[in-house]
Amino acid sequence: MSTAALKPSAKISAQGETAHRSREGSPWTGMWAVILKEMADHLSSTRIFILNTLILLAAVGTVFAATQQISQTVSQDEFLYLRLLTTARQPLPAFVALLAFFIPLISIALTFDAVNGEFSRRTMSRILAQPIYRDALLMGKFLASLFTLALVCTAIWLLIFGLGILRLGVAPGTEEVGRALLFLLATIFYGGIWLALAMVFSVLFRQTATAALASIAVWLFFTVFWGMISGFLAQTLSPVQIGLPQEILAQASMEQTLSRLSPNTLYAESMVALLQPQVRSLGILLPTQLDGAILGSPLPLAQSILLIWPQMTGLIAGSILLFALAYVLFQRQEIRA
Amino acid sequence: MDDHPVIYTKDLTKKYGGFTAVDSLNLEVKAGEVFGLLGPNGAGKTTTILMLLGLTEPSSGSVRVLGLDPARQPLSVKSRVGYLPDQVGFYDELTASENLTYIARLNGIPGDQIPRRVDESLERVGLLHVASKRVSAFSHGMRQRLGLADVLIKQPQLIIMDEPTSGLDPEASHDFLNTIRSLKEEGITILLSSHLLHQVQAICDRVGLFNQGKMVLQGTVEQLAMRVLGGAYRIQLDAAGERSQILQALEKVPGVSSVNATDSRAYEIEAAQDVRAEAAEAVITAGGKLLKLGIQAQSLDDIYSAYFKEVEHEHRRAKAIS
Repeated sequence: MSTAALKPSAKISAQGETAHRSREGSPWTGMWAVILKEMADHLSSTRIFILNTLILLAAVGTVFAATQQISQTVSQDEFLYLRLLTTARQPLPAFVALLAFFIPLISIALTFDAVNGEFSRRTMSRILAQPIYRDALLMGKFLASLFTLALVCTAIWLLIFGLGILRLGVAPGTEEVGRALLFLLATIFYGGIWLALAMVFSVLFRQTATAALASIAVWLFFTVFWGMISGFLAQTLSPVQIGLPQEILAQASMEQTLSRLSPNTLYAESMVALLQPQVRSLGILLPTQLDGAILGSPLPLAQSILLIWPQMTGLIAGSILLFALAYVLFQRQEIRA
Repeated sequence: MDDHPVIYTKDLTKKYGGFTAVDSLNLEVKAGEVFGLLGPNGAGKTTTILMLLGLTEPSSGSVRVLGLDPARQPLSVKSRVGYLPDQVGFYDELTASENLTYIARLNGIPGDQIPRRVDESLERVGLLHVASKRVSAFSHGMRQRLGLADVLIKQPQLIIMDEPTSGLDPEASHDFLNTIRSLKEEGITILLSSHLLHQVQAICDRVGLFNQGKMVLQGTVEQLAMRVLGGAYRIQLDAAGERSQILQALEKVPGVSSVNATDSRAYEIEAAQDVRAEAAEAVITAGGKLLKLGIQAQSLDDIYSAYFKEVEHEHRRAKAIS
C-alpha cells in the first residue's frame, strides 16, 4: 500500500477521533418503529390471543358471579365496584386472585423471546445493521410489551365497570374510580416486573424455551416457595428464645420484610390497601396504635395511597432495575450467531 | 469522495479472549469496486465485516467506512451501508412488503415514500408478484433476493454481503451474480465474502485471501496468479507425429520452462508467457500434425489450493525444524 493513498484517510481519522468522542445521534432513533412493529406482532400473536381469551373469560365469569352475590346482600356499601373485584362466590375465586395469577403469565409470554427470538430467526444482525442503536431495539421491545399489557388490562378494567353498571344499576363514585384506577396502575407495574425479568432471561439464554422455563421457575418460586422460605428464614435469623413479646414481634416483622422481597407480596399488599378502604395498616398493628380509631371505617384515598407508597415504588423500582440489567447484558452481547 | 477509499482499515485487530480472530488487517477498497474476501471458514471474514459495520468493536487499529468511523458514527455508517448477512432471516409471519416496510421505518424513510420504495426494491429483485405473501412460504433463493431488496431500500453507497450465493441453486446464483453486476454498473461499491471461488473470480475486480485472521494475499486475480503460481501459463497441445522430435521442438520455443508428454499425443507446456502461436509453429516445422491447442485460464481455484498447499508445506517444515 502506498503512503500517498494513506494520507487522506489518516487525516480523516485524526478529525474523527477529536470530533466524535461520544456516540452520534439519539439512542432512541427508530424506537417508535420498533414499538409499533412489536405491538402489532403481540396483538396478532396466537399466544397472546389465548391468554387474553382466558383472562377475559375469568373477568366476565368472576365479576358476573360477584354481581349475583352482591345483589343478594341488602346491606349498604359505599364501595360496590371495588366489591366487584374482590368478592368471591363459591366455587369461583375473586377476580383479583385470578388476576394476580394471570398477569405474570401474560407478561412472561410477551417478552421471554424478545431478544433470543431475533437471534434464532437470524434477524438480529439484519436489524442491528440498520441505523439504530441497540438501546432503541431493547427499549422499544420493552415498551411495546408494557403498552400491550396496559392495553389488555385497561380493556378488562373498562369491561368490568361496564358490566357493573349494567348489572348493578348504580353509577360508580369518584373515590371508587380513583381507587380502581390506581389498582390498574399497580397491576401494570406488577406486570412490568415480570416483563423485565423475562427480558433478562431472553438476553441471557439463546434458547427461547430455556428463557420461558427460567421465567416460569422464578414465578413459581415466588408464588409457592417464597412464603415458606421467608417464614423459615425468619425463624432462624430472629429466633424466639424465651417467648418474650419483643422476640415474637421481631420475628413477625422479619418475616414480613423478607416476604416483601417478592413482587407478589408487594402487589397483594397494594391490592388489599386500594380495594379495601377500611384496611389501615399492612404491617403488625399494636393495640396502642389503634387508640382512638373507629374500626371498620374507611380510610380516605390519600391515606390509602400513603399506605402503599413503598409497595408501588418497590414495584416500579424492581421493573427499572431488572430492565437495566437486561440492558447492560444486551449491550455487551456479541451479535455473532 | 472519489479518491478516498470507501473502506480503509489500518492494523485492524479483533481478539476474543486469547483468540485473535482478525490480525492487523490492512485493507483498502476504492469507490465502485467489487472486492471479494476469500478464505476458509473461521478465517475472520465475518468478524471483519461486523467491525466495518460497527457491530463489533475492534480491539485495536482503525477502520474508516466512507470516511466515517463505524464505532463512533454508527448511525451515519449504517444508513449508507447495506449489509446482507449470511443465511439472512426474516419475520416469517409477516409478508415480504411488511418486512421491508419495517426496515424502511428503521431507516427513517418518510412514511409517504415507503410504499413506493418498497415496491421499487421488490421489483428490482423480481419479487413484486409475491409482495403480499408471507415470507414463511419463501424458498431459500427468494429469501436471499428479499435480503437484497432489504439492502437496496436504503439506497446504499456500499453493500457488504456475507456468503451471498451459498446454498443457492446454479440458476439462482447466476441471477444473483447478474444483479450484483448491475449494482456495480450503478456505481455502488460491493464487498463480498465467499468461498465459491469461480463466482468470486467472475464478478470481483480484486480479491483478498484470508487465512487465520490475516489477509495473506491481495490484488487482482492475475496478480495473485503471478504471486502464487509464479505467473505460469499452461498450454495444452495435442499433436500426432514423432514424439521425441515434437518434444524437442517445443522445448526450444523461447519462454517455455517445461514440456510434459502426458499421453501418446498430448503435451503440456508451462511457459512464462502465452506461446501458443510459437508452439504451433514448432510442432508443424517438426513434421507433426497439430490437432488441438488450448490455454488453461488461471483460475482462483488453482491459486487458492496452491496457496494453501504452500502454507501447509511450510507449516510442516517449520514443525520438522523445531
